[in-house]
Amino acid sequence: MDRLPRWADVALVPFVSLLLAAIISALVIIAIGQDPWEAITVMVQGSVMNAYGWGYTLYYATSFIFTGLAVTVAFHAGLFNIGGEGQAQLGGLGVAMAVLFIPWPHWTIALLAASIGAALFGAAWAAIPAYLQAKRGSHIVITTIMFNYIAASLMIFMLVDVLRPPGKMDPTTANFPPEAHLPSLNEIPGLNLIFTSGVPANVTFFIALAMAVVVWALLWRTRLGYQIRAFGKSEPAARYAGINPTRIIMIAMLISGGLAGLMAINNVMGEAERLLGNSASGAGFIGIAVALMGRNHPVGVVLAALLFGFLFQGGAELGLWTKIPIELRTVVQGLVILFTGALDVMVRMLLVRIFAVFRGRKLEAA
Amino acid sequence: MDYSTLLQILDSTLRLATPLLLACLAGLYSERSGVFDIGLEGKMLVAAMCAGAVAFYTGSAWVGALAGIAGSLAFALIHGITSITFRGNQLIAGVALNFLASGLTVLVAQFLFGQGGRTPPLEGAARFNPITLPFADAVKDVPVIGTLYAEVISGHSILVYLAFAIVALTWWILYRTRYGLRLRAVGENPAAVDTAGVSVVGLRFSAVMITGVLCGLAGAYMATALQAGFGKEMTAGRGYIALAALIFAKWRPVAAMWACLLFGFFQALALRPDVVQAVVQVKVPVPFLDALPYILTVLVLAGFVGKAIPPRAGGEPYVKER
Repeated sequence: MDRLPRWADVALVPFVSLLLAAIISALVIIAIGQDPWEAITVMVQGSVMNAYGWGYTLYYATSFIFTGLAVTVAFHAGLFNIGGEGQAQLGGLGVAMAVLFIPWPHWTIALLAASIGAALFGAAWAAIPAYLQAKRGSHIVITTIMFNYIAASLMIFMLVDVLRPPGKMDPTTANFPPEAHLPSLNEIPGLNLIFTSGVPANVTFFIALAMAVVVWALLWRTRLGYQIRAFGKSEPAARYAGINPTRIIMIAMLISGGLAGLMAINNVMGEAERLLGNSASGAGFIGIAVALMGRNHPVGVVLAALLFGFLFQGGAELGLWTKIPIELRTVVQGLVILFTGALDVMVRMLLVRIFAVFRGRKLEAA
Repeated sequence: MDYSTLLQILDSTLRLATPLLLACLAGLYSERSGVFDIGLEGKMLVAAMCAGAVAFYTGSAWVGALAGIAGSLAFALIHGITSITFRGNQLIAGVALNFLASGLTVLVAQFLFGQGGRTPPLEGAARFNPITLPFADAVKDVPVIGTLYAEVISGHSILVYLAFAIVALTWWILYRTRYGLRLRAVGENPAAVDTAGVSVVGLRFSAVMITGVLCGLAGAYMATALQAGFGKEMTAGRGYIALAALIFAKWRPVAAMWACLLFGFFQALALRPDVVQAVVQVKVPVPFLDALPYILTVLVLAGFVGKAIPPRAGGEPYVKER
């Protein structure tokens, strides 16, 4: 197969994939008797045309940056971590453990403690599948799926039987102390001029951006990152070059699980301020779409996370203002994963054909 | 625990094991041919919605089941085109189809019925109703064996018996027919099958289509036999439990039946925590029972309870040499 120019590979392939997903989504909307133009108008109005909408779009995007980076790091090591959902839920448990029982004097210290708790718990939940993959050859996709379900059961047990305050009916923890409240964007001096009403987006958005930089530096500017990428490209070659497979699988999955777990400082600590059931609410799975869409590069992940933030906030608005059910966003999510992840060969073949036609014309003209 | 409680639990074990078994056998065909399918869940869900909707319109559970199979086949076709024709990543395709199914089923059900993504309740011939096996009434007073026959074996819908018949059929196809031999071969070494002049693409497509049919039955059973209508996310992870059972059974049909019965038994126990507590004398949290199939599968995958080795060519698209 002919090769595509680099710009087409980086930008055009994801764009065409997205376009195909959008066209099919529009057809689905028409099929259920609604107006796609109205849908996109409502979505844009409610998510990016005012500060309030952005407050939600950025809040969702923050979670998706974390989970997208998590999938990205594992992908570079040739591992498909489908367990971000469970790792993010365990991250929430880590946050609750760090914040509920220790009276931190200030939110900055509480955030530090909660981040460590979230990352540790997320990494721990990824550690067992990683170890089983490295030492016993158990397929990591299957084990991480299983661990998502085990995590869900564990969280129900923890919330119902252990962490629920006595006398309460709801399976949630107690509210976090006020000292652990993270500033929302409308509470930050300077930004409060833009965000005038309360929004869920909070300081963790900047941590997410910082993590994107850290992941980029790790993967492309360190020896470890080089080893991870080499291992992901070819395990036998990496082995031959003296790279220890067990070490790489463990490290890549621990980082991946830690990043997925870190998501909890956004939704559990920053927004809910207590641990609820099903806290990750699908963000772990969206990380897969975000990483594929972002072509496993931190810059792409941030852009794709913003896009999915828009999709999520816009989808919620659709549920409010139109007859299109909120589940449309799950359809779009599935289509994006299908086209960017599984059918990229088809998109590429299509583009190679088109490019060949153009090149042919150029030759004729010359 | 007295004998009648045991019979009740075994009875619900059979009911709950059936969708797992159908989905598990579905996965067996696809994976034996070398196409990993983590989209069993999505295909079941689509089938459940189609079956629920069409059974409501036509008043016939059988027509509903056919619609369920058609819906599931459409998804199987996408999976086949993606992972066989375009050699895409099979796992990612499965994940994508699960999300697509989860969203589309609600969208369509809401469009058709406007009941918050459910289909209307089914009754009468629109459901697969329990059938009483011959002599069940005659022997139900015979102690132990008679009650076992009347209470547990008899009184299920036709799909339950069909599922167990398909276990035998699958065993026969897999180990006693030419097609079965080729199916097993193409999952282990597609190049050899190709060299023998048999189409790898054709075999794999046929296997993926069989997967579609069986997932269709599993979904139809969910909506028109186990429950009376489709509800949002009604499969609730059963596709993944079936996948777990498939691994637990090491991709073999008869073992798959036992694995599904075991996991169905856990599900039945999770519905009766009082019985579990009475038997083991300790309060066992229900979530632990829910998680047991997954924990057991991880143990099997880890090789602590026998080693589960998947078909060797599983997950890898076949590229014909030129």
